[in-house]
Amino acid sequence: MLEVKDLTVRYGDLTIVDKLSFSVEAGQWLMIVGPNGAGKSTALNAVTQGAPYTGQVLFDGADVRRKHPAELARCMGVLMQNHFVSYSFTVEEVAALGRYAYSAGFLSGRDREDKDAVEAALQLTGMAEQRHQSVLTLSGGELQRTFLAQVFAQDPRLLLLDEPTNHLDLVYQKQVFGLIREWLKTPGRAVVSVVHDLSLARAYGTQALLMDHGRAVAQGSVDEVLSPEYLDPVYHMDVYAWMRHMLEQWKEMPR
Amino acid sequence: MRRHAGHFSLWEYLLFAAVTFAVMCLCVCLGSVNIPLGETLSVLGAAARELLGRGEAQSGVSAAIIVSRRLPRVLCVAMTGAALSLAGAAMQGLLKNPLADGSTLGVSSGAALGAVIAIAFGITFPGLPFAGTMILAILFAFLSLLIILGLAYKLDYSLSTNTIILIGVIFSMFVSSLMNIIVTFAADRIQHITFWTMGSLQGASWQNAGVLLGALILFGGAIFLHARELNAFAVGEDNARHIGVNVRRVKMILLITVSGLIGVCVSIGGTIGFVGLVTPHMVRMLVGPNHRRLLPASLFGGAVFLLLADLVARTLLNPRELPIGVVTSLVGAVVFVGIFYRTRKGH
Repeated sequence: MLEVKDLTVRYGDLTIVDKLSFSVEAGQWLMIVGPNGAGKSTALNAVTQGAPYTGQVLFDGADVRRKHPAELARCMGVLMQNHFVSYSFTVEEVAALGRYAYSAGFLSGRDREDKDAVEAALQLTGMAEQRHQSVLTLSGGELQRTFLAQVFAQDPRLLLLDEPTNHLDLVYQKQVFGLIREWLKTPGRAVVSVVHDLSLARAYGTQALLMDHGRAVAQGSVDEVLSPEYLDPVYHMDVYAWMRHMLEQWKEMPR
Repeated sequence: MRRHAGHFSLWEYLLFAAVTFAVMCLCVCLGSVNIPLGETLSVLGAAARELLGRGEAQSGVSAAIIVSRRLPRVLCVAMTGAALSLAGAAMQGLLKNPLADGSTLGVSSGAALGAVIAIAFGITFPGLPFAGTMILAILFAFLSLLIILGLAYKLDYSLSTNTIILIGVIFSMFVSSLMNIIVTFAADRIQHITFWTMGSLQGASWQNAGVLLGALILFGGAIFLHARELNAFAVGEDNARHIGVNVRRVKMILLITVSGLIGVCVSIGGTIGFVGLVTPHMVRMLVGPNHRRLLPASLFGGAVFLLLADLVARTLLNPRELPIGVVTSLVGAVVFVGIFYRTRKGH
């Protein structure tokens, strides 16, 4: 579905992403992991056409740079890590923006299909009850679910997520990842997400791409990539020992 | 306030239009000489019938005052208010910042500089007496926007409120010093420099009204056609790109239309500050931030606001007249502080 070839992003003399290549097929959830400054978010930003790059990003074999923005939006949807809203749009208004790519044009009001898609997205994300609430009054988790509703209403085939639960409580983390896993069950869809939490990557991903200093260190199935052989040199520590140590803290807890 | 409809309904259009019309009538009646409402309406009715070729216009002192003086002025004031308000609403959506406006960003000052240059150097187009000032005002408004936004993006990609205000202040000061240099060298040509800095629609003519109407239809119409895109920008530029908005193209169109509106307004009435800041802000509280509702409401709201400001300017110290920009700036400064306070509190 998505194929990235020799993706390179430079800011001045600094090379942030260096000849990165990877691909994602339908049904897969690719987790991009790596230490801070590895270039994960920049790579994702370039794929969504948010940063200038060299190399190729192909969707179904076609260069995405040649696609019209609305056509591209029907292929790929993006969920960012932070949302800074300035105006008191309602939850429903923000979610309905996801239908832009289907009814571009002034006179095309929201027809039935758009309405149904927005309604389904609001129901799925549990935001239907708060549809008339101002986004300025939402908690971080509710705001993230509102934008998740927007991207669900957009109905793309590929979902790109940049640390989607970085600032969220455990309960929202579980909710958001659970919702995306449900979304992925429909055939013909795929997800790429940048995460720094290796446990989340292991729990939800099918594939993984380990990055360091802008380059791909390893890629393949989650089990292959998230192994001591690749992780330890990148993180300069015994990652498995640390993870086990963290889990052990929970063993003796009374229930 | 709960909002259901995604667009401005017919009865809302009628209501806003009725209020605007009522305020216009009031402004035609009141002035250095007060004309009774009944007489005003009958003069207006006769003038309208004459326009349609179905009767003759009235004669007499009241009719002369209304048709040749007050009516063109009131129409120009209403349309300038509508245009500036629309430009402000579009900029606030595009930049996702409720403090963005032609006057706070310095775009109006830039346009005034263009107009002053046209007058000082005698730039005119044959057959079109005020096209030189207008075209230079539009051009300079556009260039100012490009410079201000270019600087702002370079300094602070997120275009925070502080950056916008600082750059606006610095740019306005820079432009006003340039303007003063030109005035020093061409003092004979520019006798009323205060006109460009304070703003006035005292001598507005029917020709001015025609030009304003044309600008509103052309540039205002283009802004109306991009209400959905403005909603997307108001949520965030990255978000707009992600949902499929052609960010570059839409941004360019909006910058051109905003420059067009501000340039035309400045070339006719000088820099009338804060209209584009005050009205969209108040209207947003009434109809919400959705541009499908905000734009039409701002159009009428801007007209009403500037009509009332003009009325105060004309009648407060009668028979002396205040520059209209003084009145709008007095109100604008207070509202500006209010919005700044709210945004700083994280609203």
